[in-house]
Amino acid sequence: MSKVSVVRIVEQSQAITGQFSQVLDDMDWQAMSRSHQMKTEQDVIRALAKDKLGVEDFAALISSAAEPYLLEMVAKSEGITQQRFGNTISLFAPLYLSNACANECTYCGFSMSNAIRRLTLNEQQVDAEVAAIKAKGFDHILLVTGETNKVAMPYFERMLPRIKPHFSQLSMEVQPLEMADYERLQQLGLDAVLVYQETYRRKTYLEHHLRGNKGNFNYRLDALDRIGQAQIHKIGLGVLLGLEDWRTDSIAMAHHLRHLQKRYWRSRFSVAFPRIRPCEGGIEPKSVISDRQLVQLIAAWRLFDADLEMSLSTRESPTFRQHAVKMGFTTMSAESKTQPGGYAEEAQPALEQFQISDERSVSDIAAMIHAQGKEVVWKDWDPALTSRF
Amino acid sequence: MTPLIIADQEFGSRLFVGTGKYASAEAMTESILASGAELVTLSLRRLDLQHQTDNILKPLQRMGVKLLPNTSGARNAQEAIFASELAREALQTNWVKLEIHPDPRYLMPDGNETLVAAEALIKKGFVVMPYVHADPVLCKRLEEVGCQCVMPLGSPIGSNMGLASRPFLDIILEQANVPVIVDAGIGAPSDASLALEMGADAVLVNTAMAVAKQPKQMSKAFRLAVEAGRLAYESGLGEKRFDAAHATSPLTEFIGALS
Ligand code: SF4
Repeated sequence: MSKVSVVRIVEQSQAITGQFSQVLDDMDWQAMSRSHQMKTEQDVIRALAKDKLGVEDFAALISSAAEPYLLEMVAKSEGITQQRFGNTISLFAPLYLSNACANECTYCGFSMSNAIRRLTLNEQQVDAEVAAIKAKGFDHILLVTGETNKVAMPYFERMLPRIKPHFSQLSMEVQPLEMADYERLQQLGLDAVLVYQETYRRKTYLEHHLRGNKGNFNYRLDALDRIGQAQIHKIGLGVLLGLEDWRTDSIAMAHHLRHLQKRYWRSRFSVAFPRIRPCEGGIEPKSVISDRQLVQLIAAWRLFDADLEMSLSTRESPTFRQHAVKMGFTTMSAESKTQPGGYAEEAQPALEQFQISDERSVSDIAAMIHAQGKEVVWKDWDPALTSRF
Repeated sequence: MTPLIIADQEFGSRLFVGTGKYASAEAMTESILASGAELVTLSLRRLDLQHQTDNILKPLQRMGVKLLPNTSGARNAQEAIFASELAREALQTNWVKLEIHPDPRYLMPDGNETLVAAEALIKKGFVVMPYVHADPVLCKRLEEVGCQCVMPLGSPIGSNMGLASRPFLDIILEQANVPVIVDAGIGAPSDASLALEMGADAVLVNTAMAVAKQPKQMSKAFRLAVEAGRLAYESGLGEKRFDAAHATSPLTEFIGALS
């Protein structure tokens, strides 16, 4: 008999090395744009008939050729979502730890040159926020910060042990970090990391990120590979709809998702669909996506990937969010405050990152979800499952 | 048809064949020639390495096909590693098809032992082609320890049941970063064709060719089927008809009102 041995991965095999920036370098933006512009109704019908869709099928579904098929797309995506996720919607709350930021992004109110009051929560303020969010019933929390070296690993290492014991799921949306940092944060209870690329077109990206570390396109892009290598349980992707042609950007993100899924198969994935919102010193969107087109994009993502988590923020209107429950979303934020200290104290609106559209309370939103025949899921994870042995 | 690359070696044919169960060495040779296969697997335990007159090995060496020794008969990782080293020495190849089945009746592959052996063999410089269940997680783990391809089964070995594991093969194919070769259970050219249409990179066939009434003709049928399947896959298959679904009515009204 052979003795029992444990297989550990010593090094990544050749088949799974390679960061997405190398892949993207080999892709031509114009060709990706053509890939949706050239799609015909036949391509759409073929994609709708498939059970497993490739990126080209996704391109067909978000193309203008698919517009006449919107109702069919939505119906199919409604069915798939129900089959895979049941009649449930998870709710989470964002907790803004800081609005300090050492970047200049053309679309964001936290940009360093904006004369707003900067605040980074200290221990007591964090405790107060946690208590206020807990009181609303949340069990899943998303920590958000601006991007500055001052609110970085030493700060996170202080705050996570305070926050984690109160929530069963902890996500973060912060500046890109090193792989070892993600591993360290996971030890402290981190379950999910969201890094939105904003746009996959390098040229446009540089036009909108004028100063600061965020200007390093590849470092941000490859953060998702680092998160995957750190075996973080859930990885979130997104483009900021409006910076570039939303269709081509979404196709690039579909390639990115597939790249990650093939490598980091232990992780779950989620996508979000932020549209540019008005903010202090903000820009006018270049590529406006209409409500109808947003619905098309959402349904296309669901058809592209039946198991993908899809998350909707309070940037969208109450009516839109009401129907989103049926359109394929699995996760929503509710009653969000986008300024640090927003839950516990009456903070001044000047601190906000962007204006939210859905101002309803958590209980109103839960009632709305129930009225749609769905159940609210507050707890969707147990920390015991991620404890490391 | 694009060539298949495994560990820097290029193959024009996506049909791999075995050498067991033929009535004679001549029938085997004819059949392999008709199949167009460029990679032929042979069981180390069947080879008579002491005598240069081995009637399986000699003709294969003359044909110039790539020989892939397999460890069939090994019941655990240690035996498989030992067999692989013997084969490397005897056949001067560091390629091995890793087969470990503790169960002599159904010859079910042992995933645990296969993973242990694969990691050890890769460290010793082998190109490992593991024969496994159509288990998506195991296939990912084998890829991670450095296997250059995976060989999930279509159905029990020798059963001619075709792609009974199809739903799992679909997941393996979707996730793989290395070539996927469907091995075992392929009973008819149509099974082989379907595997290639689904996106499998190659198939391995033995019994269905060796025990046919006319092995040579059956081998040709498999060659054509594999080519057809691959060409169809590369051309982009039309899918089944799309049946329109209906959204729930509040959603239909909401969408109708959107601009
Ligand atoms: S988008 Fe992020 S990095 Fe850019 S200014 Fe806003 S908070 Fe800072």
